[in-house]
Amino acid sequence: MNNYELMVIFTPVLSEEEFKAAQKKYTDLVTANSGNVLHSNPWGLKSLAYPIQKKTTGLYWVLEYQAPSSFNEQLKIQLLRDEQMLRYLLTKLDKHAVEYNEKRRKGVLKTEKIEA
Amino acid sequence: MARPNDIKYLTNSKAEKRPKKYCRLKKYGIKYIDYKDPNFLKKFLNEQGKLLPRRITGNTLKFQRKVSDAVKKARQMAILPYVTDLLK
Repeated sequence: MNNYELMVIFTPVLSEEEFKAAQKKYTDLVTANSGNVLHSNPWGLKSLAYPIQKKTTGLYWVLEYQAPSSFNEQLKIQLLRDEQMLRYLLTKLDKHAVEYNEKRRKGVLKTEKIEA
Repeated sequence: MARPNDIKYLTNSKAEKRPKKYCRLKKYGIKYIDYKDPNFLKKFLNEQGKLLPRRITGNTLKFQRKVSDAVKKARQMAILPYVTDLLK
């Protein structure tokens, strides 16, 4: 069991329900494969730094989960089949990253205070 | 003969000591760099969105590697641009 973080950009044409349904599809996939979801964070509509597939905005969604490493191949297949997905990023989290994300969620951490 | 008043002309006044560069990893105890936080990553980029070299930022090699990985991830996910003008 490892900690992973999945970030997906969905097409901006999705409605609120479709966006939720897409999120549910992947969280269910995680739980169905003996993983557990730690945190799900929909960022919502955000403008992209450069156009992807001629779209200038995207629906961002970040999922943090625990799963056996063999599960990721299945997840990738599902993501690549998905027509609503613009782009995804799967990151393995080390112990520092897990700690950081927990702190971030509690709002203890203020990264802004570090000056340039 | 150099009198005490002349000594200031003998040393180059422009060659003042710069404040010593330091690594933020060590100073603030950062262990993980988040690719989702563009405002933090922008401190290590120039105006074209290119990574600043280590000799300017003063990062340790370990920290610089983490920064560059995070910036590249952020670029992939369209959080930061690959090429731009006037980023800041």
